[in-house]
Amino acid sequence: MDTSVIGLTSYLTLGAILFAISIAGIFLNRKNIVVLLMCIELMLLAANINFIAFSHYLNDSAGQVFVFFILTVAAAEAAIGLAILVTLFRNRRTIDVEELDALKG
Amino acid sequence: MTITDFLFFAFAGVTIAAALGVVVSKNPVHSALFLVLTFFSCSAIWLMLEAEFLAITLVLVYVGAVMVLFLFVVMMLDINVAKMREGFVSYLPVGALFAFLMLAIMVYVVGPVGPDVMGTAALDNAVVHPADYSNTEALGEILYTDYVLAFEIAAIILLVAIIAAISLTLRRRPTTKYQTPAKQVKVKRNDRLKIIESDAEVLK
Repeated sequence: MDTSVIGLTSYLTLGAILFAISIAGIFLNRKNIVVLLMCIELMLLAANINFIAFSHYLNDSAGQVFVFFILTVAAAEAAIGLAILVTLFRNRRTIDVEELDALKG
Repeated sequence: MTITDFLFFAFAGVTIAAALGVVVSKNPVHSALFLVLTFFSCSAIWLMLEAEFLAITLVLVYVGAVMVLFLFVVMMLDINVAKMREGFVSYLPVGALFAFLMLAIMVYVVGPVGPDVMGTAALDNAVVHPADYSNTEALGEILYTDYVLAFEIAAIILLVAIIAAISLTLRRRPTTKYQTPAKQVKVKRNDRLKIIESDAEVLK
């Protein structure tokens, strides 16, 4: 049997790649709030991969508990974010970030 | 390369390709569906890390609930896709540059190449568990003892999220007719019923 070439660093690299992709996604899709929310979900997923990889390689279940809480908070965040999005679209008929300038920011 | 390595590279490849699909898709519906694929392949990777409970939770909660919510909202909104894509190409260089810089730094710090400043390459305390080991049981044991306060707070956060989402989207249209239960209960017999006295008549 050959020796395994994957280790903790492989999983951390995968998390880093996912995080970088979602950073690029936030830059590229900065007009579309829906895709921005999806990129945030992707970032949280990258963080979760790191937590679970460390939890496995340190043999410590606490990391998985953290992922559990991150999943909870991310689900709440997605629900409220989409609710705000629906209200926004109802009032403004658009979800273009460029047109949301009522606060003159 | 063992079979596990092959599976890891296969699922990692699918994860990265699907994540790229999320970012570059023209249609937000396609983005949402690519995100579903990302979650699926990621949950396979979590299974390889022996986090079975969380892998199933990711599929049930994320694919089953959150992504369905996303799809509902995306399909409900009337989005001008072409307008949303304005500036995509002009932001591409700076976005790719930032992403590449962050990736390079992170891989330098924790990745397999570089000076291994964090000592992650040699870190391997993984234990091979017996076949009857239950990840759910181990997670539940510390979740309901050490982390019980955090667990209760998480429940409250979910409750707050439910109330916030419902109250944000609840809308009373002025044209729609509603029943008012308070008025219905307050009604007396005399408001509705009128007894008319009349003489009896014989029909021929």
